[in-house]
Amino acid sequence: MILGLEYGFMRHALLAGSSIAVACAAVGYFVTLRRQAFAAHALSHVGFTGAAGAILLGVSPYLGLFGFTLAAGFALALAGSRLRERDIGIGMVLMFALGLGVLFLNLYTANAQAAMSILFGSIVGITAAQAGLSLGVALACLLALAAIYRPLAFASLNPEAARARGVPVRALDLLFVALLAAVVAIAVPVIGALLIFAFLIGPAAAAQALARGMARGVLLAMVFGLLLTWSGLAAAYYIGYPASTWIASLSFALYLVAQAARPRRAARAAG
Amino acid sequence: MNAPAHTHAGIAADTAEIGDNQAGENRGASAVWAVQARGLCCRHGEQAVITALDLALAPGQLVGVFGTNGSGKTTLLQTLAGILPVGGGSLELLGQPLATARTRIGYVAQTVPEGAFGRIDAASFVAAAWQGERWGLGLRHAAERRQATQQALRRVEAQHLAARPMDALSGGERQRVCIAQALVNPVSLLLLDEPLSNLDPRSQQGVLALVRRLCDAQQLAVMLSAHDINPLLPVMDQVLYLAAGRGRIGTVDAVVNAASLTELYGLPMAVARHDGYVFIHPARGFMPEESPHGDHAPSQSRGQPHGQAPQGPAVLPAQEQDGGVRSNRPGAVETSGGRP
Repeated sequence: MILGLEYGFMRHALLAGSSIAVACAAVGYFVTLRRQAFAAHALSHVGFTGAAGAILLGVSPYLGLFGFTLAAGFALALAGSRLRERDIGIGMVLMFALGLGVLFLNLYTANAQAAMSILFGSIVGITAAQAGLSLGVALACLLALAAIYRPLAFASLNPEAARARGVPVRALDLLFVALLAAVVAIAVPVIGALLIFAFLIGPAAAAQALARGMARGVLLAMVFGLLLTWSGLAAAYYIGYPASTWIASLSFALYLVAQAARPRRAARAAG
Repeated sequence: MNAPAHTHAGIAADTAEIGDNQAGENRGASAVWAVQARGLCCRHGEQAVITALDLALAPGQLVGVFGTNGSGKTTLLQTLAGILPVGGGSLELLGQPLATARTRIGYVAQTVPEGAFGRIDAASFVAAAWQGERWGLGLRHAAERRQATQQALRRVEAQHLAARPMDALSGGERQRVCIAQALVNPVSLLLLDEPLSNLDPRSQQGVLALVRRLCDAQQLAVMLSAHDINPLLPVMDQVLYLAAGRGRIGTVDAVVNAASLTELYGLPMAVARHDGYVFIHPARGFMPEESPHGDHAPSQSRGQPHGQAPQGPAVLPAQEQDGGVRSNRPGAVETSGGRP
């Protein structure tokens, strides 16, 4: 049978990986459009701390992940328009969260493997329940994104003009951060806090380089995300080495190819 | 449009002090002011930047908004755009309260948004604003959206930029696309905050000629803020000069003269003209940085009814003079004060 679909862990990996890749790509397109890549990076690391704290308390890591990323995201979104030095604020939150994460890991020394799987993911260690949760959250995120698509696109491109037209820009900031926190929370156990850009930014950045329109860009990013997951899992299954490594490497390759293809497109459009 | 010369367009400043003689009483029955403000107070945070401004702007009019840094140009435009709350007084746009009129207002902010330097093409950038306040994907309106986008780009003569990525545009081209985005919805009032900054003189002329055509052809009312008055001299109908929390509106000759500016600034000002250019400078010494809480900006209208501020109305009556630049531009609104 292809791709080891006879094994439960591979089926779970494919289901969870595909749903997360699609949701991350769609949300990630807006992350790159809004130039919030650093904030997304920071949120995933805050998620690491949340997961470590949840493990320490003996509750579901998902609770810690979502709670921490959401809280940090709201804090950043609320401070965002006031703080001119946004990157500095994000960096400080990131630093503090990682400091806490080290403490949590230090207190919970029984299982070093848990920390590794939060940092680098364990796509082939996903349970059926996790896969189901990933699918459900991913679908909910896509639906929510579709619901706010038009005002979010307008506010992402031109927040002042959007505000003048009555778009609740501030509320959208918060909603979008909540979406981001949700996809980060389901993605971290699969791809890992350190590698989340593979799903969140790689496909979206490639799509932005290649697609002209916004809707096409979002769709292309989602297709890229799916291809990435499937080929990464296939490579890990047939060739070996961790799936996370394959997915991260393929995401990077995709980004490079898209960047190389882009100047020719721009020159053609100008000429 | 061939209105007689006495329809000194829109501004009721030629006969009476607007603060006492309510501007709305001067309009014809059929016409609706694009902007009508009485005792308008504009705040930036806690600070009242403009204390009491009376303003009436007719459709098809182009008003240049001038003043030093901190005089309230941006604050005024953002208040009109509904981004900042009205700090006091009354404000009607297009004959409606701001909340209902705001979808018919186009606003182009002073700083070009980061999104206008991205990789999506100009058409998508413009299209994102079409009914951008509505929820959902808007799939059913794809054809309408495409048509509105093409039309908006055509109106700013930027059809050829439709497929170009935003990050490949020049500054002037990007400004045009931003204006197209503000026009993609049917708007009757356009607010442009320093659209000429960072543009070379040729691009400035291009943007100004475009704005003038929009005013004439589509009866769009435009308020455009700028630092240098000279590029606007040939195209604008009225000048709104802001200083010390107050404002004076009228033709160029009526507002930009030594007496008027001296009164507005509260310190001696001089106006030099050379080769058709206007230079505004302090009559002696240097000009101190604008301070709304300084000696020249008493927060006169706080807690008092507008028009009864201790120092008189915020908009001072502009003296009509013949030979004003474009002072005879036909306006859609009749005013009671006839000109000889």
